[in-house]
Amino acid sequence: MAGVAVSTTINGDAVEYLCQPDETLLEVLRDRLGLTGAKEGCGTGDCGACSVIVDGRLVCSCLVLGAEAEGRKVETIEGMAHGDQLHPLQQKFLEHAALQCGICTPGFLIAAKDLLAKNPSPTEEEIRFGLAGNLCRCTGYDKIVRAVQDAANVMKGA
Amino acid sequence: MNFDPRFSGRQFASVGTRPIRPDGVDKVTGRARYGADFNMAGQLVGRVLRSPHAHAVIKKIDTSKAEKLAGVKAVITAKDLPDLTDGDAAMYDILDNCMARKKALYDGHAVAAVAAIDARIARQALKLIEVEYEVLPHVTDVDEAAHHHAPLINDQVFTEGLEEKPAKPSNVTKRTQFGHGDVHAGFAKADFIVERSYKTEQTHQGYIEPHACVASVNPDGTADLWVCTQGHFVYRQHCAQLLGMEASKLRVTSSEIGGGFGGKTHVWAEPVALALSRKAGRPVKLVMTRDEVFRASGPTSATSIDVKIGARKDGTITAAEATLRYSCGPYAGSWAEIGAMTAFACYKLENVKTVGYEVLVNRPKTAAYRAPSAPMAAFAVESAVDELAHELGMDAVDFRIKNAAQEGTRASYGPVYGPIGIGPTLEAVKHHPHMKAPLKANQGRGMACGFWFNFGGQTCTDLNIGMDGSVSLAVGTVDVGGSRASLSLVAAEELGIDYSHVKAIVADTSSLGYNDMTDGSRGTFSSSMATISAARNAIKILRERAAQMWDIPVEDVTWEKGHAVAKGEKYGNLSPLSLKDIAAKSGTTGGPIAGHSELVADGAGVSFATHICDVEVDPETGSTRVIRYTVVQDAGKAVHPTYVEGQYQGGAAQGIGWALNEEYIYGKDGRLQNAGFLDYRIPVCSDLPMIDTQILEIPNPNHPYGVRGVGETSIVPPLAAIANAVSNAVGVRMTHIPMSPPRILAALDAEREG
Repeated sequence: MAGVAVSTTINGDAVEYLCQPDETLLEVLRDRLGLTGAKEGCGTGDCGACSVIVDGRLVCSCLVLGAEAEGRKVETIEGMAHGDQLHPLQQKFLEHAALQCGICTPGFLIAAKDLLAKNPSPTEEEIRFGLAGNLCRCTGYDKIVRAVQDAANVMKGA
Repeated sequence: MNFDPRFSGRQFASVGTRPIRPDGVDKVTGRARYGADFNMAGQLVGRVLRSPHAHAVIKKIDTSKAEKLAGVKAVITAKDLPDLTDGDAAMYDILDNCMARKKALYDGHAVAAVAAIDARIARQALKLIEVEYEVLPHVTDVDEAAHHHAPLINDQVFTEGLEEKPAKPSNVTKRTQFGHGDVHAGFAKADFIVERSYKTEQTHQGYIEPHACVASVNPDGTADLWVCTQGHFVYRQHCAQLLGMEASKLRVTSSEIGGGFGGKTHVWAEPVALALSRKAGRPVKLVMTRDEVFRASGPTSATSIDVKIGARKDGTITAAEATLRYSCGPYAGSWAEIGAMTAFACYKLENVKTVGYEVLVNRPKTAAYRAPSAPMAAFAVESAVDELAHELGMDAVDFRIKNAAQEGTRASYGPVYGPIGIGPTLEAVKHHPHMKAPLKANQGRGMACGFWFNFGGQTCTDLNIGMDGSVSLAVGTVDVGGSRASLSLVAAEELGIDYSHVKAIVADTSSLGYNDMTDGSRGTFSSSMATISAARNAIKILRERAAQMWDIPVEDVTWEKGHAVAKGEKYGNLSPLSLKDIAAKSGTTGGPIAGHSELVADGAGVSFATHICDVEVDPETGSTRVIRYTVVQDAGKAVHPTYVEGQYQGGAAQGIGWALNEEYIYGKDGRLQNAGFLDYRIPVCSDLPMIDTQILEIPNPNHPYGVRGVGETSIVPPLAAIANAVSNAVGVRMTHIPMSPPRILAALDAEREG
């Protein structure tokens, strides 16, 4: 099987790779590029642990082919902080203990970032429905919702 | 070491504060490495072939075509995992569950495995393995399996615990009984009796991280295993025994763990990965798919429980009895036994009897799930208690308060309680504003209590003080939810230094002595006890070094707030030496300063919780929403209160999913029909309200700080609390969990038809 040559942008950096036509973006990120922040919880788009943003759209990277990243801009958890400066969502997740095991956290942070980009002042209900595509089995979501509310307030004030 | 574990009632400086966890930044930046995030040079991809049949004899496996496929480096079957268990029946079951030997016993049972240079070739190779099965009749339902006409899963099983050894084999592996007094006499004194039968369906822990490991067996017979597990020392023992290795030759490193809840306490893929690596001569990475996690890891028991409780008009329970049947999968377990022990643990009973039956079924081998077996027993008992209170015309909380166990009560499972939290949690609930909040149409409120034993166990901890005065804490209990933060707080507390100077890690099996796994809510309880002991041993050395630096007798040196202090007026000119001062001189006063501890953490204080729940049921669709939820639980001492709240909230959320929606659905063909998160739907963010918590602190007398385990009890009351709330909302008693919309509609229809 011949590989597909792909040129794309990941977290602002130009990246080139060869992948198989049936290889998912998640497999490319994790197995070819060493970006293991996106997690595979299901491989079927049900858990959101592999969430990334492609050209401003929140997607499950397990449902996108690696070849489809050609010419696009991909944002992953590895690009969320600026240098040693955590994103407000990352900081608030820490302060509110919005993670226990942490496996779902990269996906939640990406999904929350996308949510706040589209709706900077979400209600609790809008946060809950906005993050309904991401499964967390540890927290019961309470502290995640509070962290996102707090981060939204900080980001509005910034 | 003369370590005194008794509660001392000290004032705390660090314990009880809420700092950011030490592993937090790695987890919000994607840097934390979980089971599947580790890779080795030359690594192969492992995949497992699984039985599509619920019950079948494996007549023949032909792997020759798979072996010839280019890129395949090893193919194994049970022949590559010879039986080295030497009559140890429990280990044999683990071996057989890892790779079926004679029969496939459930849909998903491993029958062969391959290692190949990539995932695609590995998948192709699985298709080339030819397995000849003789399909046998199967049984997946716990009540059907217990029936004497049921297909036999293992014809060598004769029910244990009966007065006479039975003449015929059975799917019931064991009968156990607990209790005291005379229930017949007790029921004779009752004015009201409630008697009902209940069922709960099988659920999965639903951790988001599938099982994953990388195994590397070297030509000299040594090996490394990187794995997500709740207990890397136990995994080492089991893998070494099954592979015929010395334990010390196998180094197991626990990765960050993406949830376990009891489900990562058993080996499945790890011995297979090691066997593949041994045969291929290269490292092998084996990661389960979500489908495999559901079909072939360890879900909880399905149950069928009969309860009978009697009380006098004044509300005193005179007798309580339960018969509990728990499914174990195809291998013997003690799940009903635990259910029988916990069922009536909340109450002070003169006459109580519980009987448990362990039942084999053609489903995956049951594993622990957060307070294993207790939620189902509590669902049945707390539902009956609620109904009895209603019949007596008593408030449900007052009825429970009147019968609650106290210090000195003989528990239904045997021991006599010390100071316990059931009464205080009930009093807190009685006075909680939630209980007085108004309800609207189609809404109902329920409450229920729960109990869990908690566990201590073998624990070993190292505390090393660097020359700059910072502290490295190495523990052997896997951190499943923030224990590195709580244990750093404990080390800081005991040494008298700031939390920021302590860094805790989970050490691998070659770097620390044996630790039991993180189960039984023991992580913070037992490792904090070992950390306190290790810190006190380090303080002893710090005092000796200070005495040496001052040239005074060590007896005249005490340790106060992070400093060595020379006691007595004659030392008035000696300023206290900080831990940092002493550490800086350690190179010339005797070398590195460390404290070590190995102990069996006895005396894990039992734990109680009471939950309140409001639901709204749509009478047209049967759909139920939880609209308010409150957890009240005794923590003994909350070391890091935010993570204690997190345990309360997480357990409640899992209980809500179990109560309303989650269940394994098997077809008539014995195959699991919903092996994925789309069809096995766990609660999502929009399904739940905020979950309020109230932490009570009734000190555990057997821990220096009064700590009790907090992780598991929170999943015990929800099934019953929600069932009571739904029953109150719709006016029909719900007896089958989960209370999915079709079950609620069926119950409403049955009520209408009378």
